[in-house]
Amino acid sequence: MIGNDVNVVLPELVLVGAAMAVLMWGVFSKREVGAQALWAISALFIGVGAWIALTGRGTDAAFNNMFINDGFGRFAKITMLWSGAAVLLLSKPYLERAKLMKFEFPVLVALAMVGMMMMVSAGNMIALYMGLELQSLALYVIAAFNRDSLRSSEAGLKYFVLGAISSGLLLYGMSLVYGYTGALGFAEITDVIAAEGLPLGALFGLVFIVTGMAFKVSAAPFHMWTPDVYEGSPTPVTALFATAPKMAAAAMITRILFDAFGGVISDWQQILALLALLSMFVGAVAAIGQTNIKRLMAYSSIGHMGFAIMGLAAGSEAGVQNMLIYMVVYVTTNIGVFAFILNMEKDGRAVTDISALSLYSRVAPGRAFALLILMFSLAGIPPLVGFFAKLYVLQAAFDAGLGWLAIAGVVASVISAFYYLRIIYLMYFGEASEALDGKIPMLHMGLLAASAAAMVFGIINMFGVEGYALSAARALLG
Amino acid sequence: MDNLLSLVTFFPLLGAAVMLVFLRGEDEMAVRNAKWIALGVTVATFLASLAILAQFDPENTDFQMVEAHKWIAGMTYKVGVDGISVLFVMLTTLLMPIVIGASWNVDKRVKEYMIAFLVLESLMIGVFVSLDLMLFYVFFEAGLIPMFLIIGIWGGKDRVYASFKFFLYTLFGSVLMLIAMIAMWYDAGTTDIPTLMDHTFSSDAFTILGITIVGGAQTLMFLAFFASFAVKMPMWPVHTWLPDAHVQAPTAGSIILAAILLKMGGYGFLRFSLPMFPVASVHMQDFVFALSVIAIIYTSLVALVQEDMKKLVAYSSIAHMGFVTMGIFTFNKQGLDGAIFQMISHGFISGALFLGVGVIYDRMHTREISAYGGLAVRMPVYALMFMFFTMANVGLPGTSGFVGEFLTLAGAFQANTWVAAGATTGVILSAAYALWLYRRVAFGDLIKQSLQGIKDVSTRERVLFVPLVAGTLVLGIYPGFVLDLIGPSVDALVSNFNEATAGLMDAAPALASH
Repeated sequence: MIGNDVNVVLPELVLVGAAMAVLMWGVFSKREVGAQALWAISALFIGVGAWIALTGRGTDAAFNNMFINDGFGRFAKITMLWSGAAVLLLSKPYLERAKLMKFEFPVLVALAMVGMMMMVSAGNMIALYMGLELQSLALYVIAAFNRDSLRSSEAGLKYFVLGAISSGLLLYGMSLVYGYTGALGFAEITDVIAAEGLPLGALFGLVFIVTGMAFKVSAAPFHMWTPDVYEGSPTPVTALFATAPKMAAAAMITRILFDAFGGVISDWQQILALLALLSMFVGAVAAIGQTNIKRLMAYSSIGHMGFAIMGLAAGSEAGVQNMLIYMVVYVTTNIGVFAFILNMEKDGRAVTDISALSLYSRVAPGRAFALLILMFSLAGIPPLVGFFAKLYVLQAAFDAGLGWLAIAGVVASVISAFYYLRIIYLMYFGEASEALDGKIPMLHMGLLAASAAAMVFGIINMFGVEGYALSAARALLG
Repeated sequence: MDNLLSLVTFFPLLGAAVMLVFLRGEDEMAVRNAKWIALGVTVATFLASLAILAQFDPENTDFQMVEAHKWIAGMTYKVGVDGISVLFVMLTTLLMPIVIGASWNVDKRVKEYMIAFLVLESLMIGVFVSLDLMLFYVFFEAGLIPMFLIIGIWGGKDRVYASFKFFLYTLFGSVLMLIAMIAMWYDAGTTDIPTLMDHTFSSDAFTILGITIVGGAQTLMFLAFFASFAVKMPMWPVHTWLPDAHVQAPTAGSIILAAILLKMGGYGFLRFSLPMFPVASVHMQDFVFALSVIAIIYTSLVALVQEDMKKLVAYSSIAHMGFVTMGIFTFNKQGLDGAIFQMISHGFISGALFLGVGVIYDRMHTREISAYGGLAVRMPVYALMFMFFTMANVGLPGTSGFVGEFLTLAGAFQANTWVAAGATTGVILSAAYALWLYRRVAFGDLIKQSLQGIKDVSTRERVLFVPLVAGTLVLGIYPGFVLDLIGPSVDALVSNFNEATAGLMDAAPALASH
């Protein structure tokens, strides 16, 4: 029944419809409606997130298992929607200052969001690819959204070319898997593998798929695009890249590995372990020399994705659960950090050099303190939540017999502590220099404070995320 | 009260939160309020901790006043004290008001300064009362944050280098311990410390990459914990962060560092290494002995040539911590009693010595030994205090320093005569550098122009010295206060240890020979 199918994808349909409606509104309206469109889309994200959170139960499949609405997908979607809404709301003042407040921006973000929701709910290679491309195309455009800026155009182009290559790798892998198993649906692939083992050709396909996805999650050694794109894109776009798409890519890779290749964990475990190892070290070592805070956050994201992948490499229910917790913590922290970065300004010009933070604690003690907490949390120093997120994945990796990876992980985390400490050093005991302007909108201050407070008070019970992540992992594996 | 321990642990944190939220501005009033609130909170914490001591039953070797609540990730929030940890809690709460008093002249960001110290106090108490592996780790590591800021913001001119070195050095040691903790969690299925003490970790030798690991998993876990505690202690050759950190830290930071933070390493050996990895401890005995004796002799020699007073006291601290590790790894009652006693006593003495250096630094703004001389002429009371603690540092009978050194040496003599002989030369060397320092600073004629106007200790400074003098004297004359308290717990530790390593101790010399 088509009616049932539509019911399952209703949240996505609502978003698509709304995106189209806003697009029409923008096109036919006499005035520039960018700000209103942004408010509307943000409110919609929050609403749809709440709707999914409140009504989502059990597992439904639609369109011949092309689309699966299960606890795992919902967990990822809620995280993406709410973080997407937060980033959109944070973007507004920056976009207005940069004269980029056009209605296309929220529309493109909404379309990217639909793509992401499709990615994490896909039950079939084609559906997955469709979602991925919808997301990517929208993101390519907003990376180059500041079209008068050379760097932004460069970022968009780089992201497009490398994204296209990774999509090509992914497609090639999918075609190999299809050729050797005769199936595109994840459930059918699992059946074929269970019946006759993993054919060698499909194993090749699997490697290509993982490679293509490693591009999307910016895992080393496929991370090269990340620093340039983070640096070149307008800062709100960078903030977006650091949050929702990261969650989507991590959830997508989890979905395909466990749903389609869950029977041959040992075949992909080593690949993921290696990706995790390289990402953690590249993220830790390469960030040391960075002076641009956006590039620094790019390397930081590479390192953090390494930790998330470590959870996946465990190949267990606990591993998936802990990866999800890790991503939620990471996304929450990043919202706070970017709420800060978006307001790094001097004389009306955006500043990205970290030396501008010198003795910032004198200018704005409250904000400096919040950033201090976020930085220590990113570094994984107890008692902040970032430490527990790391502890969870280390534990999962250890239980799965990847003790060496856990040891490498903690070594990398010590190295990475250095550059987080450097930001704190600059803010609290650096040399006096020309300080940043002292203004920050209420909303930004609120999200910054909320994010920092979550890092402190989350240690009491992690706000229950543990339990939700567990049921999400059960839904995927169970 | 059922949750007295939690109250004592988190009361300073509560005080810090109140200051953070309610104190505004940088004016004189706010500064004064910050100081008095911090002092009030630390004194109240000390008084509350007296109630812990009153409730504590020394004859009972179990953990007492235990509280347990479920926590995230299958961990528990569990706290409790035994004869060993209760002493360290008392040491912390007693020293904190002195530390705050020693900071009365801080003029930069006073509110933040006091908050950092109050947070640090909570975390330090937390380390000593934790009965859950992860809870311990959280407190143990979290202490790095306020200490990093204390050195970095209120430190001397090379504070940036010192704070980074301190942070990264100790963090690296600790993360290896974290991995071992996860391994223990995996092996025993719990993070409960009392349960883990009864759990026997495998000590069967195995081979990886062609290397045979004697003592098996226990040895690996032991080494991982050792990496953390040895850095914290600090033991030679991973001690190099300490002189830097001490020299750059403000006076109060140095007191905390020497008097309490270093003790966490020794406490860790007593709480984890010996009870949980007894077989590995036996295998590692000679190794630790060697490092301890080297630390005692080498750092004493290094102390002799220091030109900076704080650095000299810092090296002397490392030497004294060598006695502690030596005492712990004798595995006999005298040695362990002595090690714990030495830690408590060193808490008073090193705290007082850093305070003493701070007193003249406040006046002259230099720690160069050569900048002083003949202080006894202008500062008779100060010279007397400094003399007293110099003697206590050397281990003069009648002061607590003597008891600790004597007991550890007596214990070491039973375990290994050569070690005791080597360590004893350290006592002589310590007399050499301490007395020489004192001669250069206090004796002679007051010829330096800059010192002509120097004032003797103020009333505030006298008040700070009083409890330290009292503690050093009382423990020196009647060590029973401490020994009776820790006695049953140490007996239990020793007997459990002997049970777990029965038959191994005789084999140890044979092992050492190859």
